[in-house]
Amino acid sequence: MIRLERRASASRFWVWATPVVAVALTMIFGGLMFLLLGKNPVEVIRTIFWDPLFGEFAWYLRGQLLVKAGPLVLIAIGLSLGFRAGIWNIGAEGQYIMGAIVGAAVGLAFFPTENRWIFPVMVIAGAFGGWAWAMIPALLKTRLNTNEILVSLMLVYVAQVILAMASTGFLRNPEGSGFPGSRNFSNYPAAGNPELIAGSGLHWGGVTAIFVAIAAYVLLQRHILGFQIKLAGQAPRAARLHGVVPQRLIVLCMGISGALAGLAGLFEVTGPAGQISIDFNVGYGFTAIIVAFLGRLNPLGIVLAGLIMALTYIGGEMAATNLGLPSAAVQAFQGMLLFFLLGVDVLTNYRIKLGGAA
Amino acid sequence: MGDINLSVLIASLMVASVPILLAALGEMVTEKAGVLNLGVEGMMIMGAICGFIAAVGTGSPLAGFIAGAAGGAGLSLLFALLTLGFLANQVATGLALTLFGLGLSALMGQGYTGIKPPATVEIDFGTLTDIPFLGRVLFSHDWVVYFSLFMVAAVWWFITRTRAGLVLRAVGESAEAAHALGYKVARIRLAAIAFGGAMAGMGGAYISLIRVPQWTDGITAGAGWIALAIVVFASWRPVRVLVGAYLFGGITVLQLNLQAAGSSIPVEYLSMAPYLVTIVVLVAISAGKGRKTDAPAALGQNFHSVR
Repeated sequence: MIRLERRASASRFWVWATPVVAVALTMIFGGLMFLLLGKNPVEVIRTIFWDPLFGEFAWYLRGQLLVKAGPLVLIAIGLSLGFRAGIWNIGAEGQYIMGAIVGAAVGLAFFPTENRWIFPVMVIAGAFGGWAWAMIPALLKTRLNTNEILVSLMLVYVAQVILAMASTGFLRNPEGSGFPGSRNFSNYPAAGNPELIAGSGLHWGGVTAIFVAIAAYVLLQRHILGFQIKLAGQAPRAARLHGVVPQRLIVLCMGISGALAGLAGLFEVTGPAGQISIDFNVGYGFTAIIVAFLGRLNPLGIVLAGLIMALTYIGGEMAATNLGLPSAAVQAFQGMLLFFLLGVDVLTNYRIKLGGAA
Repeated sequence: MGDINLSVLIASLMVASVPILLAALGEMVTEKAGVLNLGVEGMMIMGAICGFIAAVGTGSPLAGFIAGAAGGAGLSLLFALLTLGFLANQVATGLALTLFGLGLSALMGQGYTGIKPPATVEIDFGTLTDIPFLGRVLFSHDWVVYFSLFMVAAVWWFITRTRAGLVLRAVGESAEAAHALGYKVARIRLAAIAFGGAMAGMGGAYISLIRVPQWTDGITAGAGWIALAIVVFASWRPVRVLVGAYLFGGITVLQLNLQAAGSSIPVEYLSMAPYLVTIVVLVAISAGKGRKTDAPAALGQNFHSVR
């Protein structure tokens, strides 16, 4: 008989070993999946995890790593604060879209004025857009006790419709001969978000992500709010006795995660995506959930997790073009990673005992 | 708008509601056992693709529905393994299930786009169909519509009238107490999760085999999440699940009809409607109750027996 025995306190070793074991298991079982698809598993795994870093085109792809990791880390750090406190914002994708739309709309309103303050104003507008979209589930939760999971998720679908309206309607490029999509920000320097160092892939989004990761780390380790967030998640009753107001925490956590998702959207649409278009969003808001857990809801862990997840995106694209691997395989691969992570995580709090019941 | 025929509208809302009705019923049973499985969307889409592949392969829609149920149940067992076996967080695992299901289904569906599945015929009720109004509403459907209504009654009977249903509710209210009484909490929850998965899978198969009918990536388009909302809306009661599902089905059908009829309301606002209405209804339900809730007391909590 195998049974689980609760540890007196979480294992320090397994807190850090879990993600590593999960990634290893995902490689093994993902390899099996690729084998079933008729591909050479070793070659696919190498294409996904090795070639982008050390292969022939690494000089270009390493830069792409930061491009993809930036938004993932930004969103995931915001989400992790809420997840720690037991507040489930799973509509980051919607907040990401709304941030992009609001920020881009502000920038396009100034077109073609050139002024160095335009981009900063757009950044603020982007954060505001995401924040406002997240406030809907937050206020409904605090005022009327409405389930924030379902509301935030429903708002993703609404945001997608608004995005379609924006790109075919109110933000459409008037000189685009009727094609959907807004003006391209790469042709509008005051509002653009170009690479800061050529070839590095680092744009303002990446810079912000690094800054936010450090800020979140300090918040959780050194600030009373960080303590309250952790306490509310681990012992809600104790938190209330300690004077934590759950309502305030919900508004704060949802607001921060919404604003960060909005920022990520704004940086993406002005930089790598270039314009508002019907499908500029590629599901970062959902993948960021995996990133948050893979990083153990720890800001520094999330930075690493974001880089790993970015690697699977880039490697997946390479595997798709070079080896004919269906692009959906990567999505399944990422989902698998989250499964193994959640499964292996049992070892953090429990010990496996062999033998009959005591 | 006068040309929207009421009997046709009701008949088509009954068809439109089947996927969310089946999925919501299944999820309700799962939640009654104290398990919150947020992976309904993933299980539905797995059912949609498994059902589609089986129906196209065998030429039999029935085989498709069975395979759909099996596909949904199969994915739900993964959820059961993680939450019951490895005591993983139910919310996170449910999300993982949806993300994984969306990816895996897209993978399995490669090469199935653009194919038409074998048609499911409406049951022949003979002259009954010719009864004015009622004939169109009640006697013009395929067997799954009637099956979904039967399942509402069956689930109601099981939950409220049988001993096994009582045990299921006990596990959902207090797993500790049920365990102390000698009931196998994990086994009961496993069964409830698998039932929820099979129902969601069937609902998904209905989308790809009858409602649409074809395969495209992400075909369920949030139906699984709406099913979750309906369970809340219904306060965990089977008959109210039916009401909720028909309400949402009605909105979907009305919205499509208005689009087709060339309504003056822009198409975008209409396609937002089902999601906005879901939010409004959730708000209305929670506002009416204040802090009280009808949710099973142990919902979302894992249970680890010391012995």
